[in-house]
Amino acid sequence: MKVQLQQKIAFSVLFFCTLLVVVPVLLILVIISIKGFSAIDLGFLTEMPTSGMTAGGIFPAILGTLYLVFGAILFAVPLGVLSAIYLVEYSKDNVLSRLVRLAIVNLAGVPSVVYGLFGLGIFVLFLGFGASILSGSLTLGIMILPVIITASREALESVPRSFRIVSFSLGASKWQTIRHSVLPHALPGILTGTILGLGRAAGETAPILFTVAAFYLPRLPQSVFDQTMALPYHLYVISTQVPGIPENIRYGTALVLLLLVLLLNLAAIILRYRFRKRKKW
Amino acid sequence: MRFRKAKEFVIERLIYLSGFMSIVFVVLIFAFLLKEGLSMFWRVPISDFLFARNWYPISDPPQFGILPLILGSIFVTAGAGVISIPIGIGSALFIAEIAPRRTKEVLKAGIELLAAIPSVVIGFIGMVTLVPLIKNLFDLSTGLTALTGSITLAFMAMPTIVSIAEDAITAVPRQYREAAVAMGATKWQTTWRIVAYAARPGMVAAIMLGIGRVIGETMAVMMVTGNAALIPHSMLQPVRTLTATIAAEMGETVQGGEHYAALFAIGIVLFIVTFLINGVADVYLHKTKK
Repeated sequence: MKVQLQQKIAFSVLFFCTLLVVVPVLLILVIISIKGFSAIDLGFLTEMPTSGMTAGGIFPAILGTLYLVFGAILFAVPLGVLSAIYLVEYSKDNVLSRLVRLAIVNLAGVPSVVYGLFGLGIFVLFLGFGASILSGSLTLGIMILPVIITASREALESVPRSFRIVSFSLGASKWQTIRHSVLPHALPGILTGTILGLGRAAGETAPILFTVAAFYLPRLPQSVFDQTMALPYHLYVISTQVPGIPENIRYGTALVLLLLVLLLNLAAIILRYRFRKRKKW
Repeated sequence: MRFRKAKEFVIERLIYLSGFMSIVFVVLIFAFLLKEGLSMFWRVPISDFLFARNWYPISDPPQFGILPLILGSIFVTAGAGVISIPIGIGSALFIAEIAPRRTKEVLKAGIELLAAIPSVVIGFIGMVTLVPLIKNLFDLSTGLTALTGSITLAFMAMPTIVSIAEDAITAVPRQYREAAVAMGATKWQTTWRIVAYAARPGMVAAIMLGIGRVIGETMAVMMVTGNAALIPHSMLQPVRTLTATIAAEMGETVQGGEHYAALFAIGIVLFIVTFLINGVADVYLHKTKK
């Protein structure tokens, strides 16, 4: 009887731990939704900020984040997918491939603010791109590379060996096999990784602090060499740097950013779930 | 035919090249940190930089001792660890061993969503909820303290800890559980003494990666810790971390100046610390896989 009681207590404690992890997620969502919902209307999403950002919309920040995320993906997806193909299809188990794996682990662990320093050093100053969308996108792109490589690698590894063997036995070359028998089946997994990367890039602030983000710009960026405002940095600015911003604008901005990131992640989770279910092999 | 061969040749070279780009980027990151930051150590010896007690980068003459910042990071990280490790491991055990299948899927999705919330949003929420709470609870003049930072960052470490520990627990072979139950152990005894024990290396890796995330976290910690670059004596004082210092001060520096180099030198310290933590975590992860 004593062990039964012990088990009950232990399970309750573990359950409580789980609640402590999950409930705050809901709480964050609820608080931001309730207080931010009233701020959001069409004008908030499509207008420029006015009167020193205490009124008007957040359109330039939204647009800037879309530009940055798009640029990061443009750079990171081709590189990440090719890199995953190397790891799964070409690399042998030797020192070099172990080094590549270790490098990916470390890229994933480098603090985001260090990416910011790196972007400042290499893109803004050394390559002379200045504080610009180009510098910011490249910095974010390198930062999300591990996300995309890891997801693509898992997707490629989940394609059964027999697919490749059959393709080879029909006389296909290595690349033809990868292109026609492996990649199509890995595509949903790669897409999942891409969406996760999108979400990560959209929410990061520290890497864009010194590489692109502008406090306030009266006009929209005209080229990739222009600075831009961005949603996460804008939220930081209006909640800590500028006094007197109305509460609902701050919550509204947080809500837009949160929705953008969470919807992307939810899409990735659903996509992965359906993909795993559908798999017949 | 010849065209196809040439095309494949080019594509395969590209694949090899992309494969090695990760190494190139790691090397480039370190190289550029050194390029901009190393000059600091010609002016200030490394031991003074790490262990001097004053960080007054803009006074005349400036003093670049990052001990208060290191201690700030340690205080916040230790606090976040104390909170997030037991809770994280506990909920990993619950999700992996006890929760029914459907609940498990939902919980895992919830934890993934927590991981996805941008750090600036977590910082914002910490600012509007936790900061006033801590201020009133302990009757302080400000709620921007190391403790506030610890609690905020605990929520950023938990998703990492839970998901990696959960993987390690799930990877424990079925036979272990069956053998334990056959010997008359209860489900809890099996979970705690057999499964958790077998999953130890994976749990260590999970904790290391969680801690790594906390040390590197910037925006959330900058928004809730008060950013006073003083040697902290208690968890209820404002502190400033290594990461927050870089983020907060880089905008005011003169490019190529002493202060600028000092911030890159802090970047070097952070890079090395996280590199070591991730390296060790990786070793433990591979232990589980065997």
